[in-house]
Amino acid sequence: MTDKKIRVLIAKPGLDGHDRGAKVVARALRDDGMEVIYTGLRQTPEMISEAALQEDVDVIGLSILSGAHNALIPQVIKKLHDNGQTHVIVFLGGIIPEDDIKGMLDAGIHKVYGPGTDTRLVCQDIREAVQARALAD
Amino acid sequence: MTLTEDLRKGSRFALSRILSQVEASTPAGQAILDELFTATGKAHKIGITGPPGSGKSTLVNSIAHQIRLTQPETKVAVIAVDPTSPFTGGAILGDRVRMLGLQNDPMVFIRSMASRGALGGLAAQTQALSQVFDAAGYNYILIETVGAGQSEVDIVNLAHTTIVVDLPGMGDDIQSIKAGILEIADVLVVNKSDHPGADQSARYLRSMIEMGHRTASSQYGKHSLLEFTDTPAEAEATPEPSDWIPPVLKTIAADGTGVPELVEQLQNHQRWLKETGNWQKKDAFILREVVRKLITASLVKNFDQRTPKALVDQTLEEVTQRKISPKAATEKLLAYNQEGINS
Repeated sequence: MTDKKIRVLIAKPGLDGHDRGAKVVARALRDDGMEVIYTGLRQTPEMISEAALQEDVDVIGLSILSGAHNALIPQVIKKLHDNGQTHVIVFLGGIIPEDDIKGMLDAGIHKVYGPGTDTRLVCQDIREAVQARALAD
Repeated sequence: MTLTEDLRKGSRFALSRILSQVEASTPAGQAILDELFTATGKAHKIGITGPPGSGKSTLVNSIAHQIRLTQPETKVAVIAVDPTSPFTGGAILGDRVRMLGLQNDPMVFIRSMASRGALGGLAAQTQALSQVFDAAGYNYILIETVGAGQSEVDIVNLAHTTIVVDLPGMGDDIQSIKAGILEIADVLVVNKSDHPGADQSARYLRSMIEMGHRTASSQYGKHSLLEFTDTPAEAEATPEPSDWIPPVLKTIAADGTGVPELVEQLQNHQRWLKETGNWQKKDAFILREVVRKLITASLVKNFDQRTPKALVDQTLEEVTQRKISPKAATEKLLAYNQEGINS
């Protein structure tokens, strides 16, 4: 593996204002040596795909606690594909009911994390996913 | 289709990819930078520096808005630098949070950079990234440094115009006459001027300027560590002590108060630079710095390649044990290196 830094965009789509989880994850990724672009609250799918484009990120971490994931996630994925960002790996964290997880994965989410997830696991998953993608390229 | 062809057609995706290649200094990135160089030299590069939390990002946001509002045909790029952790190598790049209003404007492109160990307020490749934006036809490039203290003044080696952001109540008139960051300002801003003490801060800054401590030598970084010998060419490149008197402005970046006046001053400064010939001089100075840095990097790389690691380690061990001094160690290693070149 090269020493290219992994760049991650952390964003909160939709309207809920609880960004503690997003910040905890951002901090954990920073401590794992990644470059984290933090964009904060109330992002539209357009804003997220545009920020990902400008920052040329490897990974996007989305946090949703409002229950709007079924509406928002397909839109985010579509916007990413619309502007050519098919290579970006998207993770989702938050309150996602068990029954919805498969739908999220089918929509193009790489992995879904619930409350209490060990952040070390998230870091490891991101590294593995980025590495696997690099090998596939 | 190559990335540079796409870039010429205005592809933002290609631009973003090129920025990454250039930031990582890959061979492809270096080749692209070379290819683009002839198309550079047009953009007005504006540095924004100041202490952490002084409102640099918010001010960048307001400046970009104001430029886009008054000059709809112009393209604005933002390079926002935040610090890399010296312990983990990671970074939180949070400047975008303050620039959300610019996100959906196709004429604005914001790129965050981690400092990656560089001191001085910028990242090693910030200059290179600004060249890419320049070649891509961006008229203004706003470069936000990491939160700066007193001596992070690298921005002056890169920007045509440097804005130094200060806060109300940050220090008295003694602070304002110290050497360092205040000296590099082309425009001084007291941000958050709705807070108490703004008028007093502005007054201190004005009196500092009136004392005339700003000189050509401080402005053009003659104290850099690696310096070419003083040739007539260099003397020529050093501009006359300026008759540009840095204005002191009060702003509230969060609601845009004072920002139209600030942008007007940026344009005044640009006009002044061009009318007095300082634009070319500054350009010459900036490029001189670029070449110096490349020479340093290349010499160090050569040294690393030629000198066996075991010898370096052994020599450093002797230094650690206080058997030889750092200077003697340097001489020993360089002498070995020189022999290698001669043999």
